Amino acid sequence: MSAPTVDVPDSPAELTRSPSLGEYFRGYVDRVRGGDIGSLPAVFGLIVLVIVFSILRPVFFSAGNFANLLTQGAPITVIAMGLVFVLLLGEIDLSAGFTSGVCAAVLATALVDWGWSWPLAVLAALLVGLLIGTAMGSLVARIGIPSFVVTLAAFLAFQGTVLLIIGEGGNVPIRDEVILAIENRNLPPLWGWVLWAVSIGGYAAVVLMRAQRRRAKGLSAEPMAVLAAKVGGLAVLTGIAVYVLNLERSRNALVISLKGIPWVVTIILVLLVVLSFVLGRTAYGRHVYATGGNTEAARRAGIKVASIRTSVFMVCSTMAAIGGIIAASRANSVDPNAGGSNTLLYAVGAAVIGGTSLFGGKGKVRDAIIGGAVIAVIDNGMGLLGYSAGIKFIVTGLVLLIAASVDALSRKRAHATGRA
Amino acid sequence: MTANATENAAPILQLRGINKSFGPVHVLKQVNFAAYPGQVSALVGDNGAGKSTLIKCIGGIHPIDSGEFLFEGKQVTVHGPRDASALGIEIVYQDLALCDNLDVVQNMFLGREQTTSIVLDEASMEERAGKTLKSLSVRTLRSTRQLVASLSGGQRQTVAIAKAVLWNSKVVILDEPTAALGVAQTEQVLALVRRLADQGLAVVLISHNLVDVFQVADRIAALYLGQLAAEVKTKDVRQPQIVELITTGRTEGVESELPAGVDEGVTA
Repeated sequence: MSAPTVDVPDSPAELTRSPSLGEYFRGYVDRVRGGDIGSLPAVFGLIVLVIVFSILRPVFFSAGNFANLLTQGAPITVIAMGLVFVLLLGEIDLSAGFTSGVCAAVLATALVDWGWSWPLAVLAALLVGLLIGTAMGSLVARIGIPSFVVTLAAFLAFQGTVLLIIGEGGNVPIRDEVILAIENRNLPPLWGWVLWAVSIGGYAAVVLMRAQRRRAKGLSAEPMAVLAAKVGGLAVLTGIAVYVLNLERSRNALVISLKGIPWVVTIILVLLVVLSFVLGRTAYGRHVYATGGNTEAARRAGIKVASIRTSVFMVCSTMAAIGGIIAASRANSVDPNAGGSNTLLYAVGAAVIGGTSLFGGKGKVRDAIIGGAVIAVIDNGMGLLGYSAGIKFIVTGLVLLIAASVDALSRKRAHATGRA
Repeated sequence: MTANATENAAPILQLRGINKSFGPVHVLKQVNFAAYPGQVSALVGDNGAGKSTLIKCIGGIHPIDSGEFLFEGKQVTVHGPRDASALGIEIVYQDLALCDNLDVVQNMFLGREQTTSIVLDEASMEERAGKTLKSLSVRTLRSTRQLVASLSGGQRQTVAIAKAVLWNSKVVILDEPTAALGVAQTEQVLALVRRLADQGLAVVLISHNLVDVFQVADRIAALYLGQLAAEVKTKDVRQPQIVELITTGRTEGVESELPAGVDEGVTA
C-alpha cells in the first residue's frame, strides 16, 4: 500500500537535515510572521525608548544612569521572573507585590527586632514566601478557587499584614551591611570581567556541546555561523555593559569611588540561569508548559497537574520574597507600603511586555528581564524629563496595553496561520 | 489486506462477558470482544451503543463490574491508564490530547521524557521520535521540531498515533481517527492504520464511517444497545448487513450473538 503524500512531499530524511544559513533565517522570519514573536517587540521598543530618551535628555545615556536603571528595575524584574511561571499556566498572582512586602517586613523584623544574622533573616523571608505560595497554590489547585480570587484576597490580607508587622506610619531601617550591599554596592571591576568571561565561556560551551551532540546523532543543528553570531553578539553586548559599569560614575571620585557591576545584577543573572534551566531543560519545566498549553493533555500524559499548579505559585511567591529583599535593600528600610502601589502592576506589566502570554503556555524567564528593562527605562527616562508621576503611570499603562494587544494580535495571527 | 498470515492467531486482547453499569444504567451487557495481532478490528455501533465505554474499560479509565479481561492469554486487572500502558495498550482519543504550544517530539514524549540525570535528553528523544515516524513511513511532517499548533488535522492524528506506538505498544485503540479529516487526510490516516497492523500491532478502530471500516478492517464487531450483536470477518459481510446490525442488532446471513428479545426496545 503506497503512502499518499499530500501535504508536504518531503522524504523522511528531510526531518533531520541541518538547515543552511539562509534556510535558518527564512525559518525564523516565517515563525515571526506567523505570530511567534516572543520578546521581539519589547526589544524593539526598548531600543526606540533608549534612543528617544538619550536624544531628549543626554544624561539618560550615562554610566551613572545605566547603573541606576538596573538597580531601579531590579525588584520588579525579580518579581516578574516569578510571575512568568504563574502566567505560563494562564493563572495570575495579584498578591506578588504585597507578598514581597510581607517577606521584606519579616526580613526587617528578624534583622532589627530579633537581631538575627542576615543569612537567617533572608532564609526566614524566603520561607515565608514559600509558605505563602504553597498555601495559595493549594487553594487554587486542590480546592479549585480561581487564582484571581485567591490572590486578590491575599493582596488585601497581605497589605494588612505588612501594616501590622511594621506598624502604621512606622519604618524599620535596615543597617545590615550585606543586605544593603545588594542594591548599593558594586563588584570590583576586575571581578566584573571575570564574571563576564565565565558567563560567556559557559554559554558558548553549552551551545557548542548541544550542537555537537545533535550532529553526532545525525539531527539537524543550528548552523555554526548562527551559533557564533549568538555567542559573539552576546559577548559584545554584555562586554559593553560591563565596560560602562566599570567606568567611574561618582561625581567626586576622590571622596567616594563608584564603579563596577551592582551586586544585584549578579543575583538576577544567577536567577535567570537557574530558572531558565528549570523551565527549558528539565521535565518539570516541560510539564509546566504542557499544563499551560493543554491541561487535559497533560493530565492524560500522567502529569500531576495539581502539583504543577501549586508549584508555580511557590516559585512565584519565593521570587517575590527575593524581590522584597532587594527592594528593602534599595530603600534602606521597610515601610508599611512595602510592595504596594505600583509594584505588582509593574511586575505583571514587565512579564507581559516582555512577551509572556496572559493566555498561558508561552513565555520565558528572560521576557521578564526585557520587560522589566522597558518599564525601568520609561520610569527613569520620564522622571529625568521632569514628568510627574501621573504622566508616568499613564504612559506605562499605555505601554502595557500595547504589549497585551501585541500578545492578543500575535495569538490571533498564530491561529490564522495555525501556530497558536 | 495482508492479514492472512495471522488470521488464525490467538487474540492478544480478549474480553469475555464484560458488564459495566453507571448507577442504574446497564451500559455494557455480557460483551465479548477480541483484538488480534496484525489485524485491524473495527468496533462499530450507533451513538450510545457502548463503544466509548468499552474502550474506556480497556484503557483502565472505567473499572469493569464483571467479566474476564485477558491479555496475551493471561487474566489481568486494569485499574488505571498506567496499568493499560504498562501492558502495552495505548488509546488515541478523538480529541488527541496534544499540546499546541509544544513541538512534535515534546508531545510524543509528554509525561515520559527521557533525561540524563535531571536534564532533558532532547537529542535522544528527537532521534527516537524521528525513527518512529520513519518506521510508520510518515512523510507529511516538515520537521519533528514543528509546533503541533502548525500541523493539519491529519498530521496531528499522525503525531497522536506515533505517540501511541512509540512505547512498543501491542494494542493501539483509535477512537474515530478520521472523523474530523478531509478526504486526502483520511486516506493518509487509514494507510497509517493499515501499516500499524501490518507491523504486527493489534489495532482497534472505532468509526462511524463504514467506508473506512471496510477499507482497512479485518474483522468487525458491532455493538447494539450495550451488547455485542455480532463479530464477523470483513470479507464475509457486505456493508448493508453491518448497517442492519448497527440499527437492529440482527441481519440475515449473520448469526446474531444477541439473546432473543433484546430488540424489543426498538420495535415497541
